[in-house]
Amino acid sequence: MSKIDRSDITPEHVYLNRRQLIAGMGALAAASLLGACAREPEAEATPPPTGVSSTATPVADTPSATETAPDPTAMTERLEEKLTPLDDVAGYNNFYEFTLSKTKVAELAKDLETSPWEVEVGGLVRNPRTFGLDDIMAFEQEERIYRMRCVEGWSMVIPWLGFPLAKLLDAVEPTSEARFVRFQTLADPEQMPGLNTRVLSWPYVEGLRMDEAMHDLTILATGLYGKDLPPQNGAPVRLVVPWKYGFKSIKSIVKIDLVAEMPVSSWMAAAPREYGFYANVNPEVPHPRWSQATERVIGTGKRRKTELFNGYDEVAPLYEGMDLEENF
Amino acid sequence: MRREALPWLQIATHVGGLAPLAVLAWLFWQDRLGPVPVAAAIRRLGRYALVFLILSLAPTAVRLVTGSSELLRVRRWLGLYAFLYAVLHALAFAGLDYGFDLRLLATVVLESRREIVGLAALSILGLLALTSIPALIRSLGKHWKRVHRLVYVAAGLVVLHYAWNYKELRRWPVAAGTALLLLLAIRLPPVARLLRQRHNAEGAGPT
Repeated sequence: MSKIDRSDITPEHVYLNRRQLIAGMGALAAASLLGACAREPEAEATPPPTGVSSTATPVADTPSATETAPDPTAMTERLEEKLTPLDDVAGYNNFYEFTLSKTKVAELAKDLETSPWEVEVGGLVRNPRTFGLDDIMAFEQEERIYRMRCVEGWSMVIPWLGFPLAKLLDAVEPTSEARFVRFQTLADPEQMPGLNTRVLSWPYVEGLRMDEAMHDLTILATGLYGKDLPPQNGAPVRLVVPWKYGFKSIKSIVKIDLVAEMPVSSWMAAAPREYGFYANVNPEVPHPRWSQATERVIGTGKRRKTELFNGYDEVAPLYEGMDLEENF
Repeated sequence: MRREALPWLQIATHVGGLAPLAVLAWLFWQDRLGPVPVAAAIRRLGRYALVFLILSLAPTAVRLVTGSSELLRVRRWLGLYAFLYAVLHALAFAGLDYGFDLRLLATVVLESRREIVGLAALSILGLLALTSIPALIRSLGKHWKRVHRLVYVAAGLVVLHYAWNYKELRRWPVAAGTALLLLLAIRLPPVARLLRQRHNAEGAGPT
């Protein structure tokens, strides 16, 4: 690949120091504030960082992304969490397009062709557009350390590289009818042996409400641990929505559509009583067959208490007045 | 002839019964159980329990199909190994995974159908293990057989517990459930009677 290997820039072992440094400076917040789409001459003059586009209509009456931009203190706290070792992050994956076995995904996915890659963004937008990988990488990449909580009852702390989804959505200018975003994963039987199993309907589909999609915490990730995303982690570009169960964070995205109706995700279609559209992390709402009160922290041999919204309290206003048990 | 065959069958049963535990302990010790060793250990112990539980149902089926009651001699041990692995599975869950935090365990188990079903199966297996003590077998007399038919209930619960562990329906729980249904079907009175009649007809000839 002609791209610069980012591992040259950020070796794994300097992560801790760098994290502290960043935390001290509040640099993440700063980067997010300064982050402009350098390659987007046509981008409208919405105020940075990720202001809800004037054309977008959040479903709920929620504060704009500007108000919910990460504050340095909160970030510092989050940064104190011990990162999950890269071997575990890249060796324990759910990616059913390859296999149901979490430890076999890495091997089966290693040859996934991620270049060239295109993400077709359309639907209820003024400016439908197909983004090549270079277009995606042109958005200013920043680091976000998030905890990922899987619906199966485990979690990891992962240093992602990526950019707010809002920036990409702003670039295509959603119309006022757009109320939801629908995402779709690659479904290539030549490369993905798991597509033979009919556990889910392929291609894998996920969705977000417009205000969730525009929230500053919601990112499109292109890397982790300072390197390109490994295929098993959803290369070359995936969604990361840290306050929702991991299956919402759809991998290897090829299509993004802005739509008026709530999309039916693959898991909703497969088991509507077990997986809802929202899938917000919530220790008080057990899965019909197992508890969600705690989670196994991968790489530590320990458990921790699961937190509402996975600890990302700033998203609570998005669900004000909603019954979280009903809207699971 | 029977005297000769007996020790080998016993030895094979005990070697087969303890080998998985030895291998698992070694793998755990060597940290070769993958990225989440605790989960892998719990899962393996559970699978061993299920395998021995299904094996413990085989001797009756084999007798009905072939007329040979040889395997019945190890049936009790197969059942006890199933119980042993079920206990280790539950201990690993409560201890390795939840650090014997009883309050937390109570919360988790009570809101989890998967765990309730598992606990029910474990209780039945405990009862069956207890009533495998020779003195109790004798005192139960006729009732022993009836009590021990609960093994089919336990096996059904175990298969459910296994299947519920996954987000989707998986191949192995289905395979285990199918095996269980077959073993159960063989011993249903009409089927068993038919099979027995066949043996009696065959056995009528010179032996």
